[in-house]
Amino acid sequence: MSAIRVPVVEKIFSTNDKMAMLNRQLLNSNHVFAINLMASPGAGKTSFILQTIKNLGSRYKIGVIEGDTAPVTIDADKISAAGMPAVQINTGGDCHLDAAMMSDGLAQLPLQELDLVIVENVGNLICPAAWDLGTHVNVLIASVPEGDDKPYKYPNIYRGLKVLIINKTDLSPYIDFNMDYFRQGVEMLNPGLITFPLSCKTGEGLDAWLEWVEAQINAIKTGNG
Amino acid sequence: MHELSVTENILNIVLSNAAQSNAAKVTDVYLVIGRLSSIVDDSVQFYWDFVSENSICAGSKLHFDRKPAVLKCLDCDEEYTIESDLLPCPSCHSYRTNILSGEEFYVDSIEIEKELENTI
Repeated sequence: MSAIRVPVVEKIFSTNDKMAMLNRQLLNSNHVFAINLMASPGAGKTSFILQTIKNLGSRYKIGVIEGDTAPVTIDADKISAAGMPAVQINTGGDCHLDAAMMSDGLAQLPLQELDLVIVENVGNLICPAAWDLGTHVNVLIASVPEGDDKPYKYPNIYRGLKVLIINKTDLSPYIDFNMDYFRQGVEMLNPGLITFPLSCKTGEGLDAWLEWVEAQINAIKTGNG
Repeated sequence: MHELSVTENILNIVLSNAAQSNAAKVTDVYLVIGRLSSIVDDSVQFYWDFVSENSICAGSKLHFDRKPAVLKCLDCDEEYTIESDLLPCPSCHSYRTNILSGEEFYVDSIEIEKELENTI
């Protein structure tokens, strides 16, 4: 036997990345805009999706893929009750969705009828960041009660974002959340990141988000996405 | 905990590269992991032993080359590294920085053994 060192230099997520690219192609061919929505548990992902459906649902058809670690259908049931197609993906204990699970979810949605797909990733600030799903953008919801130090503690997830939502701004008077400190950390990781402070509870600040997402839906419809 | 799925990805990459080199056995796997990439704990070795036990990688050792994040201050040009939490520039305390590296996450190389050619 002889020992030999063989160079490899291959990205560990290369298989996932290839599958993500196929998902993106499928979405593009159906002119559907897709969002990978990430956040810690309790940041308000489902409320945010419901608010988006409530405000855009009369003009656009929105499909939702719900990622959960266990077969609980609470979130998916809420989306169905709002009149939109929802698919539940049970990760079997895994802390994140990956491109293969996303592909399963897309296969169960009526893509030809849809304008927007929102993927509610598993509540977690570490793992989902690493796996490209093949959506067009990554959106993170940070909420005021989580604290202003999250960009410093979980830098990975802020790197690949297109949009940051700061939810529960209605709680600001009651919580020591230093917005400048928070935003400085975000700026280090993702300069110029599009940020929408809002409250899903009161509806304050929602319009700016809705305007942005509507522009993306229309851009991909007209082939400028 | 996504160690299991990460480990399975590593195994697929190692097996396909080992096959291309006609390896009889893989003894060592060298990984490069940046501070700003996915978090992978040393416990991955445990998963590795498990997923690789029926392959030519059985008994092989994972080596982690952990790279710190390297940032450059846009105000004073200082370059500095981050091992754990994100920090502003240590010289001028600016938050205006450019991230130079730290997102590496790949299989760098493998060490293999080949059966000697039977020339007799």
